[in-house]
Amino acid sequence: MIEVSELTVRFGGVTSLDGMSVRFEAGTCGLIGPNGAGKTTFFNVLSGFVRPAEGHVRAFDEDLLSMAHFRRARWGLRRTFQTEQAIESLSVYDNVALVHEHSKLGRANRRGEVLDAIEFVGLRDVAYVKVGTLGVGSRRLVEVARAVVGKPRLVLLDEPAAGLPDAETAHLGELIRRIPEHSEALTILVDHDMSLVSSCCPVTAVLDFGKMIASGPTADVLRNEQVVRAYLGAEEFQ
Amino acid sequence: MSTAELQSATPLATPPSAPRRVERADLVRTMVIAVLLVFVLIGLPQMLSVYYIDSMTQVAIYSVVALGLGVLVGRVGLISLGQAAVLAIGAWVAARLLFATSLPYEVVLLASGVITMVLGTLVGLPALRMRGLYLALITLMLAGAITVALASLNFPNGGHGFSGYNGTFVHIPSLRRPGIATTDPAYFRYSVIVAALMFLLVLAHVRTRPGRAWAAIRQSEPAALAAGINTTLYKLWAFALASFITGVAGGVLAGAVRYLYSIDFQTQDSITLLAVVLMGGAYSIWGAIVAGLLLQLLPAILNNAGVSPDWLIILFGIGVLQVLTTAPRGIVDQLPRDISRLGRRLGGLTRRSAASHGEAP
Repeated sequence: MIEVSELTVRFGGVTSLDGMSVRFEAGTCGLIGPNGAGKTTFFNVLSGFVRPAEGHVRAFDEDLLSMAHFRRARWGLRRTFQTEQAIESLSVYDNVALVHEHSKLGRANRRGEVLDAIEFVGLRDVAYVKVGTLGVGSRRLVEVARAVVGKPRLVLLDEPAAGLPDAETAHLGELIRRIPEHSEALTILVDHDMSLVSSCCPVTAVLDFGKMIASGPTADVLRNEQVVRAYLGAEEFQ
Repeated sequence: MSTAELQSATPLATPPSAPRRVERADLVRTMVIAVLLVFVLIGLPQMLSVYYIDSMTQVAIYSVVALGLGVLVGRVGLISLGQAAVLAIGAWVAARLLFATSLPYEVVLLASGVITMVLGTLVGLPALRMRGLYLALITLMLAGAITVALASLNFPNGGHGFSGYNGTFVHIPSLRRPGIATTDPAYFRYSVIVAALMFLLVLAHVRTRPGRAWAAIRQSEPAALAAGINTTLYKLWAFALASFITGVAGGVLAGAVRYLYSIDFQTQDSITLLAVVLMGGAYSIWGAIVAGLLLQLLPAILNNAGVSPDWLIILFGIGVLQVLTTAPRGIVDQLPRDISRLGRRLGGLTRRSAASHGEAP
């Protein structure tokens, strides 16, 4: 469970997050909103790359914001990036092992647990191939493997399907749906692909100009008047 | 076969063949390196004159210095223009210890490595806050400061006090060498063995946890942080490792030249060093050896032919330009690729001519 209260982030005169408050209980939750709504800023606050001006984040009854950024991975926070960041000069195995060896988990089961994560995303055949030689779809999967390896508590997926063809998005959707049973982590999915979000997330929250404008069961949220207006503009709605 | 046996047999069969193939390639590579090392240790000193043996000793020393810079530039993405100054610190510390104590040479090397590591890591402190051009500039200024400090301090030459300088450049005692390596060919072998150990030390880092962390930092610091990597720690670790091996190389240098003068350590040497490291190949361990050959053997050959080695700066300039435009991974990557391409082209030519001969009758 993660509880965000009154989170405010300012960059100079721009207020990216404006008193954002939300609760994500468990399973896979969606976070949507138009471009510039503050979704990635929210992820960057959770990762520790951005320091908020105000507000608190309690994750599993711990104060997330008081932790140093690199220690949050050790705590169990994982994330993927909008522009995929798999390490090109390392093999798929080393990419995933890299996360495992900086987590709380011991080295005794490292090999098994790393290969398990690689198996989970379906990259076992290329486990020892350098990431630099793989296509963008496989690289996205490497990032997902890095996010689920070991025992993550909170997984943040930032537009994991951006730039993927439909078939690969479908495969990715299937994986995201299986994350909670694989690792019991609370997963937050940010994406612009509404069919991906509604197929993966039972509940969804909506950000617009740094404010939460709706949250609840995904189907209800997507029908919400305010949400439709935020996405399509008032004119089209009428 | 019982079920238990079957179950225990299956996991052995399931892992993909990839890691085993990698292991075999590693074995072949290790054997090639071993044969090469034996040739360098036994064959080479017998084939070369003392002049070239001495310059090959320098190649061994500067390969280690290039390797240290290669770790920073190629592995972590930190440009340091202070490595020649770090080498000077290593040489100074070793010379001071060699005059002041009768410690075994290996202990002196280790001590100069450790002391240089501490000082070199301080040079690396600005790296925590900056990258690229500004880091290069700051490390260059620090190197300049070290050069100036060493010039006024002077290298130890058997005097007393902290500096160990006796105030004169004439009738000074030479630095001692290890008892097992007093002659030039023996000292060459000694240098190669020390260099090989330093290469192994770096390899042990690059292939394991720090190597993976450095690769992550080089590509993307946010991704490294998100993976739980303490980027501050690992950057300092890289500077510590580079400084340690450069300090050890300084210690070997002290025994190689036997007389050290501050005039031999110039700030701009660090720039030339970066140029040859880029030319050799900063991303490969072999690139460091190519860099050492470029930096020390090439001038020796030119000198022998009566050409001033100063011309090399022009060659290195062209070399860096060529590497940056056509072969970012350096000579060590480009040469084998070009040779195999040439081979294929020649092979294609002979096959084509053979085919046309076959058709003619």
